[in-house]
Amino acid sequence: MTDACLAFDGVALFDGLTLDLAPGRTTALLGPSGVGKSTLLRLLAGLENGTHARATIACDDGRPLAGRVAYLAQRDSLLPWASALDNAVLGARLRGAPLGPARARARALLTDVGLGDRLHDRPGALSGGMRQRVALARALGEDRPLILMDEPFSALDFLTRLRLQDLTARLLAGRTVLLVTHDPLEALRLGHAVHVLHGRPATLDAALIPPGAPPRDATDAALLALQGELLRRLTGAAHGPGDTA
Amino acid sequence: MSRLSAVVRPLVTAAGLIALWQAVYLLNGSRDYLLPSPLGTLETLIARADRLAYHAGVTFAEILMGFAFGVGLGMLSALVLVLWGPARRWLLPVLVVSQAIPVFALAPLLALWLGYGLTSKVVMAMLIIYFPVTTAFLDGLRRTDPLWLEQARVMNAGRWAALVHIRLPAALPALASGLRVAAAVAPIGAVVGEWVGSSAGLGYLMLHANGRMQTDLVFAAMALLAVFAVTLYRLVDATMRRLVPWQAESNA
Repeated sequence: MTDACLAFDGVALFDGLTLDLAPGRTTALLGPSGVGKSTLLRLLAGLENGTHARATIACDDGRPLAGRVAYLAQRDSLLPWASALDNAVLGARLRGAPLGPARARARALLTDVGLGDRLHDRPGALSGGMRQRVALARALGEDRPLILMDEPFSALDFLTRLRLQDLTARLLAGRTVLLVTHDPLEALRLGHAVHVLHGRPATLDAALIPPGAPPRDATDAALLALQGELLRRLTGAAHGPGDTA
Repeated sequence: MSRLSAVVRPLVTAAGLIALWQAVYLLNGSRDYLLPSPLGTLETLIARADRLAYHAGVTFAEILMGFAFGVGLGMLSALVLVLWGPARRWLLPVLVVSQAIPVFALAPLLALWLGYGLTSKVVMAMLIIYFPVTTAFLDGLRRTDPLWLEQARVMNAGRWAALVHIRLPAALPALASGLRVAAAVAPIGAVVGEWVGSSAGLGYLMLHANGRMQTDLVFAAMALLAVFAVTLYRLVDATMRRLVPWQAESNA
């Protein structure tokens, strides 16, 4: 449905970069820190409007992308004074949309992420994993054609992260998603296509397409072999111009 | 347990202070014209209840009106300053410099300009409250977590919606500290205003009684003022705690 094509004219970090996001698929973008992968995502979110970062964004349907994305940040960005439910309907409230349908939808989504009994708890009473699940429910409830996720699970412990990846893959099925991460395993478990961004100015590797559908088994030998491959690309990227294996 | 101690602890503190007062009174040789005893003060409080009540009413009205206007004007100023760039650039430095003038120095002028009635005292209390409220609220409004505002932008929120649903609630903890300071200093403003020139109020009564060596009356008026000031502070504190419950959670 939506296929965003970016041509970057960035100054230092990347130049003339092109990224295709396949509709209905999860594209994972992997790269060492500081390579500009978050900036790339923020460009798509319309949050980078300085002179240092520019991009041409084109969608399949010919309409502009601005105002049609949902954004899941590294920190959960939940409002501390609002309940889980109120946080999940924040978008509707901010746009002045009717709250009734938004609440019903948010309630269903929060139940989907396993928080049906914590609807009225404030973020302060929830664990880090629960907070990120509320944020996920909020992003899904926005019902936007493109969901942008910026290292959404990086602050969580390993097992919580694995569980949340399973949940996310299940709920994001059929959505167009760009997932930025520094975790090769996460990229491989969730991505239909995995790109590595490296070098300076940064370039994109050809997409690695892991076999099977997400969420892939973290203990699968083939997946672990691919993880080794990605690690080689990443560490190569950290030392100099990346190899093009 | 904690509920009990919340009631018991202030009572113990009060009893301790009164005992100390009584001890100093006895050490001072029971000279009532210098320092009246706690009991003597209580007797005066009851005997002169009518007169005290009248003057206390005047002062409390001044404090409450000064508090209301000062808080209102302070919050309004902070909103204007945060929403309108030119106001911030031109007025904020003036506001900060204006605080170099001791507000007390203005008291005689206020009496001259606004008369010896209620108005000059209300304005005095208002002026003394205005600055802490404005700066605290402004600070709160300007320090919204940028991530929340970005989230609002991605959600296509207007400037007004982001202000009402994100920036205002986010600024409430800062406003709460401003209001606590305001509640503590409001009585000072009113009483100083009365000292400079007035015909009613606890400050007037104290000055008058002091001149006639009616120290017990001074103390009775002071006790009333203290009780009112503490009550006002506790009321503001409790209200803000109810309005900002998430603050306690995150600090726990």
